[in-house]
Amino acid sequence: MSTGAKKRILREYAECQNDPLPGVKINFDEQNMTKWEILMDGPDQSVYAGGHYKLEINFPNEYPFKPPVVSFKTKIYHPNVSNDDKGSMCLGLLRPEEWKPPNKVISVLHLIRNLLIEPNPDDAIELSIANDYKTNRAEFDKTAKDWVKRYAK
Amino acid sequence: MDSEDEFNSSQVSEDEFMMDADSDAEDDYGVDHDDVGFESQHTDIKPAKHAYEVDFKVCSPEDIEAQQARQVADTSSLLEQPPEATAILFRHFRWNKERLIDKYMDNRDAVLEAAGLSEEAASSPPRIEKVPGFVCDICCDEDPEETFAMKCGHRFCVDCYKQYLRTKIKDEGEAARIRCPGDGCNKIVDSKSLNLLITGDLKERYDELLTRTYVDDKENLKWCPAPECVYAIDCKVRDKELMRVVPTVHCDCGHDFCFGCTLDDHQPAPCALVKKWLKKCADDSETANWISAHTKECPKCHSTIEKNGGCNHMTCRKCRHEFCWMCMGIWSEHGTSWYNCNRYEEKSGHEARDAQAKSRQALERYLHYYQRYANHEQSAKLDKDIYLKTEKKMQQLQNTTGMSWIEVQFLDSASQALQQCRRTLKWTYAFAYYLARNNLTQIFEDNQKDLEMAVENLSEMFEKPVDQLQGLKVEMMDKTAYCTKRRIILLDDTAVNLREGMLDLDVIHEREC
Repeated sequence: MSTGAKKRILREYAECQNDPLPGVKINFDEQNMTKWEILMDGPDQSVYAGGHYKLEINFPNEYPFKPPVVSFKTKIYHPNVSNDDKGSMCLGLLRPEEWKPPNKVISVLHLIRNLLIEPNPDDAIELSIANDYKTNRAEFDKTAKDWVKRYAK
Repeated sequence: MDSEDEFNSSQVSEDEFMMDADSDAEDDYGVDHDDVGFESQHTDIKPAKHAYEVDFKVCSPEDIEAQQARQVADTSSLLEQPPEATAILFRHFRWNKERLIDKYMDNRDAVLEAAGLSEEAASSPPRIEKVPGFVCDICCDEDPEETFAMKCGHRFCVDCYKQYLRTKIKDEGEAARIRCPGDGCNKIVDSKSLNLLITGDLKERYDELLTRTYVDDKENLKWCPAPECVYAIDCKVRDKELMRVVPTVHCDCGHDFCFGCTLDDHQPAPCALVKKWLKKCADDSETANWISAHTKECPKCHSTIEKNGGCNHMTCRKCRHEFCWMCMGIWSEHGTSWYNCNRYEEKSGHEARDAQAKSRQALERYLHYYQRYANHEQSAKLDKDIYLKTEKKMQQLQNTTGMSWIEVQFLDSASQALQQCRRTLKWTYAFAYYLARNNLTQIFEDNQKDLEMAVENLSEMFEKPVDQLQGLKVEMMDKTAYCTKRRIILLDDTAVNLREGMLDLDVIHEREC
């Protein structure tokens, strides 16, 4: 990774510290700055309220010309997070063709937090969960809350 | 037959002279000689095009560039724009000339603006400049020496701009439609800006990609899908015609493929049918085979049941119906002969078996066609294996008996005809599966049968011992010609009926099975 990219990641970390998002904590390791550990609380107004989620943000070598890669380390019942051991997300500005180099990690964190409040079933990675969300909201809410208790406490 | 056709159509007088000289030198091959002499008398008559053939042209990379240049030159004067700007306009309109001229005549300024060619842009061409106090939003560098922005004003340092373009061109293969790196900006990076920022191998790659987008944008052009092939095919057949026409084209690299879907040649089956059939086979064939071999259906609710123990007394998990696995009759009627069914004539068993047979028909029907389809695919491979072995032995024969190379070529043509005919036969079975019965299907099936017999006859000859093959030369050549002829008849007939809408292919509604 180039020195320019490192410089930019450092600067982005400082930006995140200066303007922290509610319920979001970043564990930053200066020895390994291309991998951020994020602790995100389920937003109060969402079905994930009360849950504590561990996420990972990995910066590719080509950063910021390629988007960072986000993965949920805590299991979550959500249409936009893959329901497997990867917990990957691939939508909006996280897609290589949407990402522009001036975009920042802080926007990524905002995107994730907003998706917890309001999932996007039209760009889903888990089609059955999206279907549940669209056609049977009560059932969706119940399962999501159940998963919070089981995996995210 | 095919190779002779091509030979005819491309023959010029010089070739003819060469051929005569050749055949004089090899006087002892009477048959070949006569054939050539006969053919060469008709050099001015182009062979009649068959109904299953479509017009197409093979284009080299040079042809493609020349085509672009010609279109640009033709339109340049009409638009009163220099060729460079005309090329940008063409790419902007995805090489749709009518739309370009239409829109341009309608609102010239808006078109120029959208393509990044407005008067303003012309009067102040893009340039690299130093802006005091500027901070690059990508690398966070303060006061970089060189910065660049297009008219949209999204300014970045030149290094970052270049790196962005490199990523797009090298990694993502984009060219004509790279957007400004600015957040949310959709302005396309025009070629003037690009030329300012990229050089060397990147520029070469960019130009290469631009040529590719030309072929990708043009509806009448498609790349030959063969690995490493650089040719494109020009063909007029449109997507909406594909239910009626199967446009097989032959690239100069030797690859035969369908212009509609770029899969390997699949005449006589239309693209939609092929797609559906391949999907069905991938999904179903193994499962269907297994179901057919290992399961029966509950005589009452038709659930598919696998027998998982030795006992014939079956209880359907779903509807609790109790029946006998052997005779399919109601279990309670078995009386004392439990566990030893020999009551074939009972009425209930008889009826149950009839119903079973009926519901299995769809499955069996599919398997009938699938097995024949798969068989020809497999046999084509085996034919090739045998041919390769034979070829080796023929080479040995050549060495020991002094036979010439040309003398064993009949084997090569026989093998090629076999491959081609089996490929056609294979697809006739997929075709027949979806073909609704009418008075023409009988003819189709007869044609299929005739071709199949011709193919099997020829295929059989390959299994003869090598030392006999030389003696079978004339017979083999006859059979090869006959196979090719049967294939043409089948394809011709089917193509005509398909084009006229005389055949009803059930590819929209899936048959239950």
